[in-house]
Amino acid sequence: MRKFLGWTVLAVIVVATLFPFWWMIRTALTPAGDLLTDNAGLLPRDPTLINFARVLGLTSEAEARAAGGSGAHIDFARYILNSIIYCTLIAAFQTLFCAMAGYAFARLRFPGRDLVFAVVISALMVPPIFTLLPNFILVKDLGLINTMAGMVAPTLLMTPFAVFFLRQFFLSLPRDVEEAAILDGNGPWGIFWRIALPMSRGPLITIGLTTTVWAWKDFLWPLLVGRGEQNRLVTVALGVFLQQSPNTQPDWTGLMAASTLSVVPVAVLLVLMGKRLVQSLNFTGSK
Amino acid sequence: MSSTRRRDDRRAAWWFLAPVLAGFTVFYGYPAIRGAWYSVTDYTMLGTPAFVGADNYDRLVHDSQFWRSLLVTLWYVVLNIGSQTVLALLVAALMHRLTRSVVLRATLLLPWLVPNVTVGLLWMWLLDTNLGFVNHLLTALGVGPVGFLTDAALALPSIAAINTWAYTGYTALLLYAGMLQIPQYLYESAAIDGAGEWRMFRAITLPLLRPVLALVLVVSLIGSFQIFDTIAVTTQGDPAGATRVLYYFIYQQAFSYFQMGYASAAAVFLALILGALTAVQMRLLRASRSDLA
Repeated sequence: MRKFLGWTVLAVIVVATLFPFWWMIRTALTPAGDLLTDNAGLLPRDPTLINFARVLGLTSEAEARAAGGSGAHIDFARYILNSIIYCTLIAAFQTLFCAMAGYAFARLRFPGRDLVFAVVISALMVPPIFTLLPNFILVKDLGLINTMAGMVAPTLLMTPFAVFFLRQFFLSLPRDVEEAAILDGNGPWGIFWRIALPMSRGPLITIGLTTTVWAWKDFLWPLLVGRGEQNRLVTVALGVFLQQSPNTQPDWTGLMAASTLSVVPVAVLLVLMGKRLVQSLNFTGSK
Repeated sequence: MSSTRRRDDRRAAWWFLAPVLAGFTVFYGYPAIRGAWYSVTDYTMLGTPAFVGADNYDRLVHDSQFWRSLLVTLWYVVLNIGSQTVLALLVAALMHRLTRSVVLRATLLLPWLVPNVTVGLLWMWLLDTNLGFVNHLLTALGVGPVGFLTDAALALPSIAAINTWAYTGYTALLLYAGMLQIPQYLYESAAIDGAGEWRMFRAITLPLLRPVLALVLVVSLIGSFQIFDTIAVTTQGDPAGATRVLYYFIYQQAFSYFQMGYASAAAVFLALILGALTAVQMRLLRASRSDLA
């Protein structure tokens, strides 16, 4: 009886978690003209793919307008590609560079090590909003507004958390493997590349995955730096799309089609790496 | 042997650190100093910042909009953290006692993976006064349409509820991971002694989970203070400033009114709150080192 009650509560939570996604897809499949009359059933009466076609930029302007759009140029295929490039660049470089630094802080001996580490880690206490304004002005002065370079710059090389996290892992690597590698004539770089990195696949994937997810969700910085059509990310494009409504009511069917597209890549990631993602949750997220 | 190694280490170390130190200097260290400098200047992004001393801070203290946004932020944090933590504890405890299913865990993680912008749009549509599904249900139940995001009294609680939806699963999974570290035999012997589920939760789970719970709470607090995306999409601080949290206030000062100096002063204020919270978080992280690697 108790178990039944517990399962019922869990079932309710699962339904509450998934239903909004269902309603998003359901709306995306509904013709714009039916929104007023067909808003009760779990399935649309006249399912259509036109909303997906028009937010992917596959229809002519007139067709898009006829289907409830504003006629403004929208190309979510491109925005998704931009987002994927953005995430891949940041996740790959940040993970590599922070692993190098984490390794140096954990395993190499050099004067000033603890002090430098303490200074780098102190950046954890500086919230993003504080560095955001000066960074924006810096990127603007460098002429990098509306470029991918300007968008990835602040997080491409490091985040303090990734350094902290990876150092913690390298501290626990057994010493004797390194000793053996030294006897084989390896220098610090050889040990790092051939021994330490392959032994840390788990933590590297963990930090890479979480970095990817955070980058996928990024909004404010790309909004400030990459508003233009060329480098617009999915999140920014959704915001712009919302403001381009043809009449007083937002273009809900188009917005839900675009929202669905913004979920697809992370949903695929979840299906492919679900177990890994779930396991990697032990306090890697700090937002 | 060992002295050559040390020399090797020394030379190599700075190459290993070069990218991170460059990134740190250019995008963390230097801007932090710049930000502090802007906060004592008058700067509109055109021309050069002009030093004005403590003027911005003085203005901040006397700005009722600023105090209101601080109040709105605190109210949001209380609403969001309260509902999110209680719900997450419930979900984690149920999972802990009932199932190890990875599919269930992955499902609960889904809302966290989705951009906040998408979450905002999704709920804006579900809560829409005229056509939204929630109001459709309410109307069917005889309760008139409710302006969840347009009514000044409801907008902030609605946004807190939206983000509770988005983050409860994630928080529950963090708590669940902590619960898995509690030795199973404690529950077994408690069950033999005839303890019920509620008693086990209070006597075993909650006390042993305390370090993890504290860390999760602080992490959620830090996140909650920085709510921005959802508000930028759904209400833009409206109706009448009812959802203008501090983060949004800073954003508006900087990018709508181009008051970089004034915005920076407000950012200093938020940085002090968040810095203190992060210092607590670091202590808790160090204390629970085993959860990290």
